[in-house]
Amino acid sequence: MTPRGQVLLWVAQRGSAAVLGLCVIVHLATIIVAVQGGLTGAEILARVRGSGAWLAFYSLFVAAVAVHGPIGIRTILHEMTALRRGVVDGLAVATAGLILALGFRAAWGLYGAA
Amino acid sequence: MKTAGVAARRSTAYDPDMTETLSVQVWRGSERGAFVAYSVPRRASQTVLDVVTHIQRRIDASLSYRFACRVGMCGSCAMTVNGRPRWTCRTHVDRVAKNGDLTIAPLRNLPVIKDLAVDMREFFDKWARAKGQFQPTASRRDGFAVVRPDSAARKQADAGIECIGCGVCHAACDVVAWNRDYLGPAALNRAWTLFSDTRDGGQATRLAAVAGDAGCHACHSHQSCQEHCPKHLNPTASIAGLKRAAAWAALKGQI
Ligand code: SF4
Ligand code: SF4
Ligand code: FES
Repeated sequence: MTPRGQVLLWVAQRGSAAVLGLCVIVHLATIIVAVQGGLTGAEILARVRGSGAWLAFYSLFVAAVAVHGPIGIRTILHEMTALRRGVVDGLAVATAGLILALGFRAAWGLYGAA
Repeated sequence: MKTAGVAARRSTAYDPDMTETLSVQVWRGSERGAFVAYSVPRRASQTVLDVVTHIQRRIDASLSYRFACRVGMCGSCAMTVNGRPRWTCRTHVDRVAKNGDLTIAPLRNLPVIKDLAVDMREFFDKWARAKGQFQPTASRRDGFAVVRPDSAARKQADAGIECIGCGVCHAACDVVAWNRDYLGPAALNRAWTLFSDTRDGGQATRLAAVAGDAGCHACHSHQSCQEHCPKHLNPTASIAGLKRAAAWAALKGQI
């Protein structure tokens, strides 16, 4: 990867951290508000099912995690293992793919839950 | 009378709990080696470098170590003292060996040549890789450059300029240990002082040289360098400045 690409990864990790900061605040606030009257699956579904706003929010959350986490994993693997650069980059991309797939599946599942 | 006077002076200069001899473990060998124990008389105002010198002059002349100025200017005497990297000529024994035990090893993160002397080539090669040389924009025919002492750039350069190249921060940095390509705090601090030098013309190549996974963006900002720097510099802050500058340059496509 070129030095410019490496710097842009660093920028992406900082940017996604800022997005995650906001997402986590919304997420925690929602939990605190939602548990006031006890927490049930039905209540969660009533809130998120068919809601484009919540789908958009959780999609953004998932995308930010998929950017932020794997860049950190790439650094950790590089510093802590003897794996070659190409292998490390491949593992980071694979992790991003996994997070995106599982995360969107969950968000989409709640949106369209019967 | 005279002896009693000396004894009285000594007793006031000495901490009553202080031991009369130091029990010193010194690394002997190269990368492979072992600690060897020496017993060294304790003296008032004794520095760790004094202890090493005593061993070399009085006990074992084959001990290798490095020093030059003995006053904290040349940066050649750094060693690991009781587990921490320090300049030994200005580290008083009183401060680091309260119970009289000293363990002296070579600096971490650099190859050991022999005993307490490490090979500094890698360290200074990284300064060169970070474009740590001034790139002039004027010739001797031009007038003096005017850099106002109170200008932001000058203050920024001043904050990091007093580096003596001792390698203490390099030894203290875990990222240097984990990532041998990492330029390290001293080279990056040097690059930052030049980046802040309004007379320098090498900024674009310097930023490109210090950006990315082996450069400033590998720094974890855990400030071990700042904690240990004997000159109380803050390489972490210099590196943060480089990170920002290089990030903007990358976004604008300049590097
Ligand atoms: S702040 Fe950066 S340069 Fe300083 S010790 Fe930590 S990782 Fe190394
Ligand atoms: S920044 Fe401080 S610790 Fe590092 S080489 Fe310079 S003087 Fe030594
Ligand atoms: S001998 Fe010069 S800095 Fe210690």
